[in-house]
Amino acid sequence: MEHKLTLKKQRTKKQWIGFSLITATVIAVYLWTFIGIDIRWTRVFSERSIDNFSRVIPQLFSPDWSAFGKVMELMWQTLQMAYTGTLLAAILAIPFGFFAASNMVKNKLLNTFSKWLLDAIRAFPELVLALMFVAAIGPSPFAGVLAIAIGSIGMLGKLYCEVIESIDMNVVEALEANGANKLQVLFYGIIPQIIPEFLSYAIYRFEIDVRASTILGIIGAGGIGTLITIATQNRNWDEVGMILVVIVVVVTIIDSLSAMIRKRIV
Amino acid sequence: MSNGINNETNNRTSIALYSVKVKRQMSVILLAIIGLYIYTSIATESSLIDFIDGWSGFERVAKDLFPPNWSYAPQVWEYLAETIQMAIIATTFAALASIPIFLLSAANLFPSKWVHQPVRFIMNVLRTIPDILLAVIFVGIFGVGVFPGIMALFIFSLGILAKLMYETIEAIDTNPLEAIRASGGNTLQVIWYAVMPQVLPQFVSFGLYVFEVNVRASVVLGFVGAGGVGLLLQQQVSFFNYPRVMTIILIIFIAVVIIDYISNKIRERLV
Repeated sequence: MEHKLTLKKQRTKKQWIGFSLITATVIAVYLWTFIGIDIRWTRVFSERSIDNFSRVIPQLFSPDWSAFGKVMELMWQTLQMAYTGTLLAAILAIPFGFFAASNMVKNKLLNTFSKWLLDAIRAFPELVLALMFVAAIGPSPFAGVLAIAIGSIGMLGKLYCEVIESIDMNVVEALEANGANKLQVLFYGIIPQIIPEFLSYAIYRFEIDVRASTILGIIGAGGIGTLITIATQNRNWDEVGMILVVIVVVVTIIDSLSAMIRKRIV
Repeated sequence: MSNGINNETNNRTSIALYSVKVKRQMSVILLAIIGLYIYTSIATESSLIDFIDGWSGFERVAKDLFPPNWSYAPQVWEYLAETIQMAIIATTFAALASIPIFLLSAANLFPSKWVHQPVRFIMNVLRTIPDILLAVIFVGIFGVGVFPGIMALFIFSLGILAKLMYETIEAIDTNPLEAIRASGGNTLQVIWYAVMPQVLPQFVSFGLYVFEVNVRASVVLGFVGAGGVGLLLQQQVSFFNYPRVMTIILIIFIAVVIIDYISNKIRERLV
């Protein structure tokens, strides 16, 4: 039997320079971080925080069941917000997806612009959008729904675009060759191919939006977050514990339901 | 009842793409979706009427936001730096702390149900808690500042990293593992010589991805007093100082885009 041992490749000079540059950058970033960060250790580990710790944590783990009804009511509102927002986004993202897909719209400028717009939307956290909508129309679930709807377009549009770009174009060409008009191509060639994946992504996004909408209330945009703010301001940590239990259970149920449905669709 | 097969003898009738049963099911599902939408949009006051009602508000804010006040930009920088620093620290420590967790939750390393299932369960629960809720709790304990923000990001990242990594480990080539086990290597040696070299690029890539997520998350942590640029954003909104708000938003936007771009470039080269 023949044994072969290969020597580790020697690094070339160019690789050495690259390697040292990367190391130096990483070290510099960490130095900047640890010197710049302003953690007041004396306050973090003061007697008061140790006091708080022994008071807050036990209360968190003994949820206040008398608040259950109220918590569930607001959780229901959270789900409604997520549903309305996601469905709006799932529909509004369709034109974005088509404009961004290079096999549908042959205009390169329009493609790039749509893709860029979707990227731009994704750069904003929902909470920042919600803050602006609350400023515009006042604190209400509507502000939350709008934040969810706009925020979701960024991701859904991008995923839709990828789905459209990966469809089988032969079907489309066959239809075109047979003299089908644009509408017929769309209905018989494109839509049947994209519907399952579009649905699957929309349901996946609903999962994310349920999570996102639980916190929107912190800045007044409706849902269970409203209760989080009130409970923490009054230091009702047992109520926060109840909210945590409800969020964890509801989100877990939604996640597994959504995973189940998505498995059946695609 | 007419379906495709019965009509095959008659060439003139077109063959239905879907059976009647599927069509009926689809119609019911579609109606349910629309019905639920109408209900939820009324319940959350998000119908078209509410949109028309709110239009003047959008117009007012949109008008107030422009032009941004660029003289305010230098003050934003300090807080933005804090935001990024929080994300760096939280990601680094979460990456280190996640190593034992994801190793324990990988079923091909610890086949016993009693090891990987409980660890996974705890991580699943952690992932469902929104980061800002964690921040609220930590602010309640440690007081206002960057530390509660870092703690919130740390715990939140732990859950994501652990899940991404144990899934990666379970998908690796198991031949090297078996080879080392067969030649008498213990679990630690298996991990060090067979698992780690295979998953290291993914580990770094996921770490960068979590960093991106954390930068975006730490932008808003300031809303609840947990440090970073969010504090400034909320202050200026409550003072109705919209040109400054626009400056902050644009700076956040540019920073997030640059960080995402760099991180994506590095990740592309890694994996």
